Amino acid sequence: MLHETSPLAIGIFAAFVASVLWLSFRLGRKGQSAQGYYAAHGQVHWFVNGVAFAGDYLSAASFLGICGLIAFYGYDGFLYSIGFLAGWVVALFVIAEPIKALGTFTFADALDARFNSRGIKLAVAISTLVVSVFYLIPQMVGAGALVTPLLGLPHWAGVILVGIAVTFIVVTAGMVSTTWVQFIKGALLVFFCGVLTLLILNRGLVVNAGRPGPADLAPQTRSIRPDGQVLIDGTPQSAEHDLRPVGTLASLPERYAGEGRTGPLGPLAYLSTLEDSTVVTWRRETSRDAEGTHDVFTPRERPAAELLRPGGYFKGLSGGSLTARLDFASLMLALFCGTASLPHILIRYYTVKDAAAARKSTVVGIATIGIFYVLTLYLGLGAMTSGFLDPTNSNMAAPLLAKSFSDTLFAVISAIAFTTVLGTVSGLIMAGSGAVAHDLVENVAGVQMTDHEKVRVGKLAAVGLGIVAIALGILFKGFNVGFLVGWAFNIAASANLPALVMLLFWPRTTKQGITAAVTVGMTASLAWILLSADTFEKVYGISRDVAPMPFSQPGLVTIPLGFLVLVVVSLLTPAPPRR
Amino acid sequence: MPINRVGLALFGVYVLLYGGFMGLVLAGPDLLATRVLGGVNLAIACGLGLIVAAVALSVIYILARAGRSRDSRS
Repeated sequence: MLHETSPLAIGIFAAFVASVLWLSFRLGRKGQSAQGYYAAHGQVHWFVNGVAFAGDYLSAASFLGICGLIAFYGYDGFLYSIGFLAGWVVALFVIAEPIKALGTFTFADALDARFNSRGIKLAVAISTLVVSVFYLIPQMVGAGALVTPLLGLPHWAGVILVGIAVTFIVVTAGMVSTTWVQFIKGALLVFFCGVLTLLILNRGLVVNAGRPGPADLAPQTRSIRPDGQVLIDGTPQSAEHDLRPVGTLASLPERYAGEGRTGPLGPLAYLSTLEDSTVVTWRRETSRDAEGTHDVFTPRERPAAELLRPGGYFKGLSGGSLTARLDFASLMLALFCGTASLPHILIRYYTVKDAAAARKSTVVGIATIGIFYVLTLYLGLGAMTSGFLDPTNSNMAAPLLAKSFSDTLFAVISAIAFTTVLGTVSGLIMAGSGAVAHDLVENVAGVQMTDHEKVRVGKLAAVGLGIVAIALGILFKGFNVGFLVGWAFNIAASANLPALVMLLFWPRTTKQGITAAVTVGMTASLAWILLSADTFEKVYGISRDVAPMPFSQPGLVTIPLGFLVLVVVSLLTPAPPRR
Repeated sequence: MPINRVGLALFGVYVLLYGGFMGLVLAGPDLLATRVLGGVNLAIACGLGLIVAAVALSVIYILARAGRSRDSRS
């Protein structure tokens, strides 16, 4: 039921993706033929650039992931929204202007501006590569999740499709993802999320998604056998025999009891009415034996009020567990510090020429992103009660919510999400291949290359990164993409933020200090993630109890560690010459 | 390089708001279940408030900077 395909949907999807690709090629070529790619950027209007900020930042991961987290776990998904937006405050108020004053344009250049050190170049190139790869994983997982219901393809096919398409774009056309394309994507995403929110408020809250009879509380079982065959409740899965969709409203407050629906509701009334209602969520229990892996989904009724407060996803918060609190605090710190440390975000700040226009466009970006994150709350809660959730995959909550209104809307939303993945992935692969060709091979290894050779090395690196992205995208299937982005923020904040902040505000910072802070911050956060309970359980499939790390999000320890290392190493090495 | 006082002051305000909210979450979910503002609970009211605050502070920031950009050298 959830995974049937419709020719109309595929048609709309194909047309949408094709026109965005066409536009991207066309504008990209125009940009190159004019005064070069970067000169064209100087003329971009601040409003357009501001929306493009949003287009860049609101990757499909943030859209699919947050809606899914809210739909599955309630309020805790919204905490991600709050954290992602808070990061922009750091970027605008603290980091952006001083970096602009340094007169540099990229992250590595900024860190290296004063020193011209090979050590810094090497450390920053590797950290750019690691952050890019960790940011790539959720994009690929999101792409795989999208094509399953839309095109009827399995997850791995979707990941390979995106990987090949993107690698092809990067290798043949180079950097064509222009500001205009990001502007169109950002505007469409926010516009259609607004449309969806209006539809949700207009529909109001409907008991059992308008289906007759009481809520369906029968457990469902999905078994995956060692040979890969999927069984639903003991018999083979097919188009007709699949998991029933979940996520409904069980009952409304007293005053609506007769009708079973509220009719149109205002934005605040929607939230307060939901708070007095009960919903049907489900518990997932996974077991493994010789017959394969079994997931049992048991529906249960509970007051919606439980889901509208923290503690649904960060479970220990209400139980008073210290490690759960540290884990939560650590994530929120990483989200706060991470945005300003993402290499591809800061670069966007320089796409308009003058400082006032740059500030104005950042504010437009923050406002657009802020509006979007308010909308995610309604999308997530709307999906939670839409009766259209796939209990195996939280990433599909937003597109399936669209499907509860119409197939056309579903195709449009999926297409927007998919093109956003394409844009973000090609940008990340470009950044990564640039780090390999320009920073690692040329500057660090000291290989002299002609322009032609430099392009070839970059393309080879892009193909390599594409393959890595495909492999990881398949490996991490079923992870919530918002959660995965959280890891990228942890690594970025741990590796880059201490160096960035201290370089700007502490004159005693030395090149050895920066190199050490980037290296230690990156290695420590990466190692922590690989040894954490979440990774043990979900990636390696071993019990989370044997994991050596006390909590899963490293930022709370590794961000201060980066600062400490930088200060200690800087004090132990000779002061830089005064300027 | 010049220290950006307006930016740092507004940043300080936001850190207090964000940190205060995290403190509330860590203090326990029960308090956040209190109904305020038109029947919406405190958790959602705070979350929406933080988003509005980020946008409002950034608008204040450009207004404050706009007055100075004429005598700035950048």
